[in-house]
Amino acid sequence: MITVQHLIKTYNKGTVKAVNDISFEVKDGELFGLIGPDGAGKSSIFRMLTTLLLPDSGIATVNGYDIVNDFQNIRNHIGYMPGRFSLYQDLTIEENLEFFATVFNTSIEENYDLIKDIYVQIEPFKDRRTGKLSGGMKQKLALCCALIHKPDVLFLDEPTTGVDVVSRREFWDMLKKLKNQGLTILVSTPYMDEAGLCDRIALLQNGQILSIDTPAHIVASFGDILYSLSSPKMYKLLVTMRAYDNMNSCFAFGDSLHLTLKDNSKKDELYSYLKKSDFGEIEINQIMPTIEDCFIKLLKEN
Amino acid sequence: MEAVISTNKLTKRFGQFIAANELTFDVYKGEIFGFLGANGAGKTTAMRMLCGLSIPSSGAATIAGFDVYKQTEQIKKNIGYMSQKFSLYEDLTVAENIRFYAGIYGLKIPEIKAKTIELLERLGMMNEAKKLVRELPLGWKQKLAFSVSLVHSPKIVFLDEPTGGVDPVTRRQFWDLIYYAADSGVTVFVTTHYMDEAEYCNRVSIMVDGVIEALDSPRNLKRQFEVDSMEDVFYKLARNAKRAEQ
Amino acid sequence: MRQLLTFIRKEFKHVFRDKKTLLMLFGMPTAQIILFGFALTNEIKNTSLGIMDLSKDEVTRQIIRKIDESKYFEVKMYLENERGIEQAFKRDQIRAAVVFPANFAQELRHSNKSQIQIIADASDPNAATSITNYLTNIINEYQLQQKSALVAPMQIIPEVRMLYNPELKGAPNFVPGVIALVLMLVCTMMSSVSIVKEKELGTMEILLVSPFKPIYIIISKLMPFLIISIFNLMIILLLSVTLLDLEIKGNIILLLIASILFIVTSLSIGLLISTTAKTQQNAMMISLMGMMLPTMLLTGFMFPIENMPLILRILSNIVPSRWFFIIIKNVMLKGLGIESIWKELLILTFMCFSLLTLSIRKFKIRLQE
Repeated sequence: MITVQHLIKTYNKGTVKAVNDISFEVKDGELFGLIGPDGAGKSSIFRMLTTLLLPDSGIATVNGYDIVNDFQNIRNHIGYMPGRFSLYQDLTIEENLEFFATVFNTSIEENYDLIKDIYVQIEPFKDRRTGKLSGGMKQKLALCCALIHKPDVLFLDEPTTGVDVVSRREFWDMLKKLKNQGLTILVSTPYMDEAGLCDRIALLQNGQILSIDTPAHIVASFGDILYSLSSPKMYKLLVTMRAYDNMNSCFAFGDSLHLTLKDNSKKDELYSYLKKSDFGEIEINQIMPTIEDCFIKLLKEN
Repeated sequence: MEAVISTNKLTKRFGQFIAANELTFDVYKGEIFGFLGANGAGKTTAMRMLCGLSIPSSGAATIAGFDVYKQTEQIKKNIGYMSQKFSLYEDLTVAENIRFYAGIYGLKIPEIKAKTIELLERLGMMNEAKKLVRELPLGWKQKLAFSVSLVHSPKIVFLDEPTGGVDPVTRRQFWDLIYYAADSGVTVFVTTHYMDEAEYCNRVSIMVDGVIEALDSPRNLKRQFEVDSMEDVFYKLARNAKRAEQ
Repeated sequence: MRQLLTFIRKEFKHVFRDKKTLLMLFGMPTAQIILFGFALTNEIKNTSLGIMDLSKDEVTRQIIRKIDESKYFEVKMYLENERGIEQAFKRDQIRAAVVFPANFAQELRHSNKSQIQIIADASDPNAATSITNYLTNIINEYQLQQKSALVAPMQIIPEVRMLYNPELKGAPNFVPGVIALVLMLVCTMMSSVSIVKEKELGTMEILLVSPFKPIYIIISKLMPFLIISIFNLMIILLLSVTLLDLEIKGNIILLLIASILFIVTSLSIGLLISTTAKTQQNAMMISLMGMMLPTMLLTGFMFPIENMPLILRILSNIVPSRWFFIIIKNVMLKGLGIESIWKELLILTFMCFSLLTLSIRKFKIRLQE
């Protein structure tokens, strides 16, 4: 459905490399995630694929159409939700939806099936101005607007940034349902914990792909044994562990530390090392890495 | 333990609407305290009262020992504030930003000079001192903004969604700074709706519809709600919130 | 077509739901007309006057006393020569001067005819006209009184000299000026701001990605302002006729055609600004500094272009409102037909087409620079 080959995009006369030789493929009906922090190049990729930006070099197609030459065809067949929820704040929910339906040459009635599940949640407020809605409701409306013309591919650029946990979950549930209806979805997010919800992901940093695979495969390829350490004196523990000479990496991870060792055979030495200082009760467990652990490791390797 | 923030039935009403309803909690010296809540739960209202920007309707609170009704000026001198959205002037250099904030808080010129050098050294930004803030990567800006908010040695620093959008490594470097500050006795008050930020706090409170529904360490909360992450804790509490959809 | 109509309807909703814009759109022309109208009828009271009496006889003394007694004037100083008058004007000590030539009474007695010179500071033309009118009235009144007393009718002829603005431009000129200004503001500023707003909001991205053709986006963004401008023009004309007793002498259709030409020109400029401006403030600044200022200064309704330095006179030729101003003045105030304005119409048409083509070509179908 989407193919991207050696795509490059620079800004400011080539001084800023936003997208640096990226290639990937999204299959029909796949929910594909671009995962990376701000400035990784997510939005630039989205804007090139939605024909809003021209690449410096490289080839990409959406639904078989070339993003440079067949841009009008692509525009007719995709749904796009830009990074900022793009709605008219001074129009009501219904007016916004009606407007976008008309612009895409359709009507709410014609494709109501597709948006029904989502729209019923906001319908009770349809006469309210969009500017007065919560982030979660705006997000739902924006999704409806992007879906109203029954696109083949859905491009969602950071749809969950700035919305709360409850709305985020609901949003991912909606994406799952849309995917099950056969829609191809390309989504971007800075949150590593959302990676597991995608079929396949590309981890992005500084315009380059660090890794591209299913979340399970990425976790499996972590390669190191990962320990989680916690104690009542976390900061002291962190400082102590950073000074440990068998330490390979040690990062704070919420209320525990994630640690890998240079030499895993010397694990027992770790206990004796920790016993030298008084940390109170220390808990050490071997754990499965998360996507975030993998991302950190990949960053260090690059 | 010494309570740096102490509130008792702190309430703010806007007409009939009770934005914050009888909040009672203590935050201790050197603690990293997470203040969570869904959109519209009343987080911002509560924080404004604690910063001395908004007078409560009823209840009592002291911040760094000062009363929120009468001593708002003293409160402002003893707190620092950093928000992800705004803190630094993009068109000023790194050193100019530090000097400016130190100047606002009435530091003397020799102090400002010493602070600037100390701060730049700790951040490893000596070579960037004359660079415009605009040219720095986001992660550096956040670290700089945090350090600037501490330039007048406040007792409490308020952070508003401090680490949104940065890569996992930079984010951890940022938390290292926060840990360091807390370890040296500064109380860190974090408001956020990103639950992974909440995991780093010593204790968190979760507000739903104007009321504090839960207050404990992330570990205890996860145990209490029998889930694996703060996100699940939050979801269980906020799922039935009424105000979020208004 | 349905798409276009929906889009235009949406634009009107934006306008009508924003109270500030609404106030600016419809309040401003009304306020300007009323303000200018008020300034016109501004009364003259206790105006400082200089007297140069080279005759110093019975008659001049009587006239001077009559002037001084009136509530309109106050004789501030007696001057001895032309240089003194000039200095007094420059120091702002007087706003008008009355000059009696030598042997005034004698001349009057012998030839029944004498001249008084009235000099007024016409940089404020409205005030200058009123001052000279009042002075002339006072002198005429004096003559009438004397008529009965004297056997032979005598004539005092006041000779009026306007300083700094001899043609007295400005009086009814402000109405065409306000029209030019308002249309410029609505079309250029409002339209550019409204397009840039979509860019800022991010909705432009969706619109560009939609099958809706970019040219239709342009049309639907500009159409409402065209309609609003025509409506505004009507309000101004109506107010001028009812409130200011101004007569529209020429052909109203011709007036309307010229106005639409000017509106489209201004809209093109707005579109052009929107292609370069990144934020709404940015667009507002460019419109204000780049368009409003030249319109005010170089159109000719505030300051006569003839008196400007050469460079400004040349510059004024590229300001569309300058030509529109001439057209509207000729048609509306002088009642002239197309034969008197064909040259200006042609220039405006040329400007309109080149700006429109340029701005449409510059309108980006992508987000690219």
